[in-house]
Amino acid sequence: MEIPTDHLNKMSVAEFDTSKLLINAARQRDQRGFDKTLIIDVDCHHYENESMKEIVEFIDDPVLRRTAQVYSGAGTGANSPFMMGSPGSQDVAGRVTRYPLRKMDQTPDDDKHRDIHLSLKWMDAMGVDYVMLFPTPMLLLGLHPVPEYEVAMSRAYNRWLTEKILQEEKRLKTMLYLPFNDPDETYKMVKDFGDREGVCGFMVVSTRYKPVYDNAYMKTYSLIEEMGKPLAFHGSYSWNDHLLGNTNRFLVTHALGFTVFNAVHMCNWIVNGLPERFPKMDVMWIESGLAWIPWLMQRLDNDYRMRSSEAPLLKKLPSEYMQDMFYSSQPMEMPHDMDILEMTFKMIKAETQLCWCSDYPHWDMDVPSVIWDLPFLDERQKKNILGENARKLYNMDVSDRFPNYKPPV
Amino acid sequence: MAKELFVSKSDDLQDGDRKIVPNGNYEIGVYRVNGNLFAYQNVCPHQGGPACEGLLMAKVEEVIAEDKTYQGMTFNHDEMHIVCPWHGWEFDLETGDMVADRKFRLKKYEVAEKDDGIYVTL
Ligand code: FES
Repeated sequence: MEIPTDHLNKMSVAEFDTSKLLINAARQRDQRGFDKTLIIDVDCHHYENESMKEIVEFIDDPVLRRTAQVYSGAGTGANSPFMMGSPGSQDVAGRVTRYPLRKMDQTPDDDKHRDIHLSLKWMDAMGVDYVMLFPTPMLLLGLHPVPEYEVAMSRAYNRWLTEKILQEEKRLKTMLYLPFNDPDETYKMVKDFGDREGVCGFMVVSTRYKPVYDNAYMKTYSLIEEMGKPLAFHGSYSWNDHLLGNTNRFLVTHALGFTVFNAVHMCNWIVNGLPERFPKMDVMWIESGLAWIPWLMQRLDNDYRMRSSEAPLLKKLPSEYMQDMFYSSQPMEMPHDMDILEMTFKMIKAETQLCWCSDYPHWDMDVPSVIWDLPFLDERQKKNILGENARKLYNMDVSDRFPNYKPPV
Repeated sequence: MAKELFVSKSDDLQDGDRKIVPNGNYEIGVYRVNGNLFAYQNVCPHQGGPACEGLLMAKVEEVIAEDKTYQGMTFNHDEMHIVCPWHGWEFDLETGDMVADRKFRLKKYEVAEKDDGIYVTL
């Protein structure tokens, strides 16, 4: 395959293998003894569009299914009425080569789904034991103008994912995609799929225009709280958004997009007193990095002290509610001055609330060494962030990978 | 005495070519560009990616007119960049400096030609 390197020249690549691309990650794994460390990745992805032909067969509505069948023929999902595109350049215009070369990655021709093979390749290279697997193009489905399409596609995806992928490979798990634009269907999804094997929690993609405080969601939150599984908000971007549409470089669209949508939902979640209404529910914020949290903590506390009458359900400062929540680490900002990061860890109580994630194979992925090599963490803190916090959060049985594993006392 | 690592015969590394050679636990990427040889450890200072296995690309520059208006972008082939494939960090081929933050750099090796061969000094 040839990748253009400028307007005149191309670089040709004969083969691509994830295990080879990640050989330095495997070396890090061995140097740091990750085989003895439980590593749970709370956010990674696959490209469900590559399996769209299979997924659409799970759409219940015969008319919608037939429509989806027509548009999934090419297997790209690109022009499907079920998928929302957004302009973007996640692969930094081909510089992050695993995007254009992905199709060349060879997997064994056996009974296992290619998605399972591809996931295990990078997990093994990094030394990751278990993952929460999420879709990719569907991260924009919450922007679809018709809720019915989000419902049909996400139900089909969740059936396919749980039956064809998670059931087949115990190291792959998910926090279930919720069609949040339709509150009743969101409730139904939790009810119908919440107890399926491999479903460790629930996930709302933040990039949408639905406020989390709407009364229509309260029965779903109650149900999730009752089930004892966490609810996550997963960041994403949209260059079509009116505010982000003012940015002309994807660098900014991404840097803001992945934080702003989560920040809005976080504010609404807190000032409407949802932590007080659902005190037992664990809430997690995914893929916004960490730097936004100290900013929002300070900003909300400051305003709340002046305007507490607008948030009468609160019994403590917004930042204190934020300290009770869980955060995924990636893409973790790496300031030259480590004091800044250390302070961030302190502010979010990283020792118990932070969970490492890779976001692999996406362009701004993190390897486990970003946590392991931090100079201000001791070994127990590192192990908590890399796996123990997630194990506790999901109440996860890790005996498949670690038959003799005993949780630290 | 410094050890030398044989890279290839001179004829086997043509202008524009790159060769990755094993060296202990890691590799060294050797480039011949515009007649000059360069060698770097194949380990990115960001998260350890195989920087030398990525694209070699010309620097991108912005075209700003006299009146400060933006007129588009262009490639500057006088400054070539090694682009790490893991996340896209770019390194100046001549110095190994990370172009966006020169506090970071690739580990550079001396590389020279003798007796029709190319050798890296370790
Ligand atoms: S490891 Fe090289 S760019 Fe991140």
